Amino acid sequence: MARIDEYVPIVGQSIVDDLRLLGGKLQGKVIQHINSTSVGGGVAEILNRMIPLLHDLGVDTRWDLIKGGEQFFAVTKKFHNALHGSPQEIAARDFEIFRETSAENVRDVDIHGDIVFIHDPQPIALVERRDGNKWLWRCHVDVSDPDRKVWKFLRAYIDRYDSAVFSAPAFSPQLPIRQFLIAPSIDPLSDKNRDLSDEEVGAVLAKHGVPRDKPIVTQISRFDRLKDPVGVIEAYIQVKRYVDCRLILAGGTATDDPEGAQVLAEVNERAANDPDIHVLLLPQNDLEVNALQRASDVIVQKSIREGFGLTVSEALWKGKPVVASSVGGIPLQVTHKYSGLLCHSVEGAAFAIKQLLSSPEYARKLGENGREHVRNNFLLTRHLRDYMLLFLSLYHPEDIVHLD
Amino acid sequence: MGALKRTEKAFRFHTRLNLPELTGLRARNLREMLETLKDAPGSCIYHHTHRYLQQHQYLSPEPPNDFAYWVTEILGESGLGEKLASIDTVRYPTIRSLRDKIVDTIEKYMTDEPSSKRRFAHEGEEFHFIKSVSFILPTPYEAYDLRELHDILGKITADSIYFHMFEARLRLERGSNDFSFWIETSLGDTKLAAEISRLDPYTRTLDGLRRTIMGLIERRISE
Repeated sequence: MARIDEYVPIVGQSIVDDLRLLGGKLQGKVIQHINSTSVGGGVAEILNRMIPLLHDLGVDTRWDLIKGGEQFFAVTKKFHNALHGSPQEIAARDFEIFRETSAENVRDVDIHGDIVFIHDPQPIALVERRDGNKWLWRCHVDVSDPDRKVWKFLRAYIDRYDSAVFSAPAFSPQLPIRQFLIAPSIDPLSDKNRDLSDEEVGAVLAKHGVPRDKPIVTQISRFDRLKDPVGVIEAYIQVKRYVDCRLILAGGTATDDPEGAQVLAEVNERAANDPDIHVLLLPQNDLEVNALQRASDVIVQKSIREGFGLTVSEALWKGKPVVASSVGGIPLQVTHKYSGLLCHSVEGAAFAIKQLLSSPEYARKLGENGREHVRNNFLLTRHLRDYMLLFLSLYHPEDIVHLD
Repeated sequence: MGALKRTEKAFRFHTRLNLPELTGLRARNLREMLETLKDAPGSCIYHHTHRYLQQHQYLSPEPPNDFAYWVTEILGESGLGEKLASIDTVRYPTIRSLRDKIVDTIEKYMTDEPSSKRRFAHEGEEFHFIKSVSFILPTPYEAYDLRELHDILGKITADSIYFHMFEARLRLERGSNDFSFWIETSLGDTKLAAEISRLDPYTRTLDGLRRTIMGLIERRISE
């Protein structure tokens, strides 16, 4: 497990000193995170990396899980999709199942934190145990256009918390409680982002049969319509008329997702006759994703919808020029023409990719700016700082807080 | 300058860490922006006129405020965008006076250019009002003379420089930046204090500002 001092060469001693100052202000408080799983998914990934660092900063942080059966998680999956605005059949029985399992968790989970930090809707009902301590609800999903029925159901719980946390301003509804903006982050020391040698990068390309004879354009994403992989191929075809290049589309398998398998089939069909298009299945292989990003000349994220789109920060951290759709959290990560190029269509993406491949100096400058922007705003150290400030805000309702 | 004057009252470096608080308030057009601006908390005005300074500390300081960026890029009103971008923030001693200037600028533009009232942001491109919550903490660093001030400036966070140059003057309404105040009142060096005071910090990156202040102090030490 990484120690906080290992981040000093990346962000500087003074940033780590500030984190230690904040950790000192939380002495004596127990922070209890609660979610639904300890492995898999973004929440577990971030907590696994954060909790040892919070301990290292002297913050007493615990992590507990709720329990739930298949039926319960089927319902919360429906809630998740409905919060993303996708139409779902949700019956009265679904709400009952949610209430029944929640009641068991309300009875059984050991609540002992001075600050109880609840992640996502699955454990949201635990707030019924509220008793003189502070309660936070962290929403990791895009709720800019939620299904009204599900949102109304959850609001009955949300309104009982002290504060809520969202990842992007567009996700923020009007609420009677305080709500804060905390973006997710990437860990520069993880396998997905740490520095790699040329040999390591070369070995991954060789393994997947990708020659380094031409500029490489890459999109790393699940094979999902919302990531528009076919649109990326269309953009590549437009670019290829003028600049000879390769395209890598790499992402997780979709064996449990019939629509994902269908999207993959469409991608393979569209790519079939072009040996310069490489469609790679990389289930949870962080090191290989890292190598492919580092081998690329331009990285694309042509999503139609995004929760946050952290692959953009991953690319920028590697100093790569990025072409990305202006959706979800992407505009927070890319300022158009400062730290990347934003697009709204296949044609726009193609034009931007062409520009970057034809003007390597400009591309390099955007990548460098992007890396500094990520260093200041999207690394795990900033996330740790924001969480500690969030904890302190529970004891300070004012806008200017003096912590002498 | 001969031997450096040492003071009994040290300059204590503080840092300021910011947590953005969401309000759920949003605007789709100039009229909604104007109405919300009039009633929004001062912390909102402060956030949207200072966010870029902290988030883009190593890049060009433009664009200087979120209002200018939004009316230009989203509503396509580049004339108003230019007027808002060129508001000379350093001339306004309080958030209230800065808010009044922004409101007046938009109102006048809407009167002069009535067609601007018909411009709407697309769904997903609304302006979201955010508040800035500041946490101010003392750091262990103290300076008793110009050399120590110079050396600490070289290693302190950009957040600390930001606090002493921007937040102290405008948000805490101290009238001047903290460096100039201490240099003048504790060291009696009105010349250097005035030189730092005269800088327009809004047209520099925080790193550029750090180097400029260090350069002014270095020059003063070697005089």
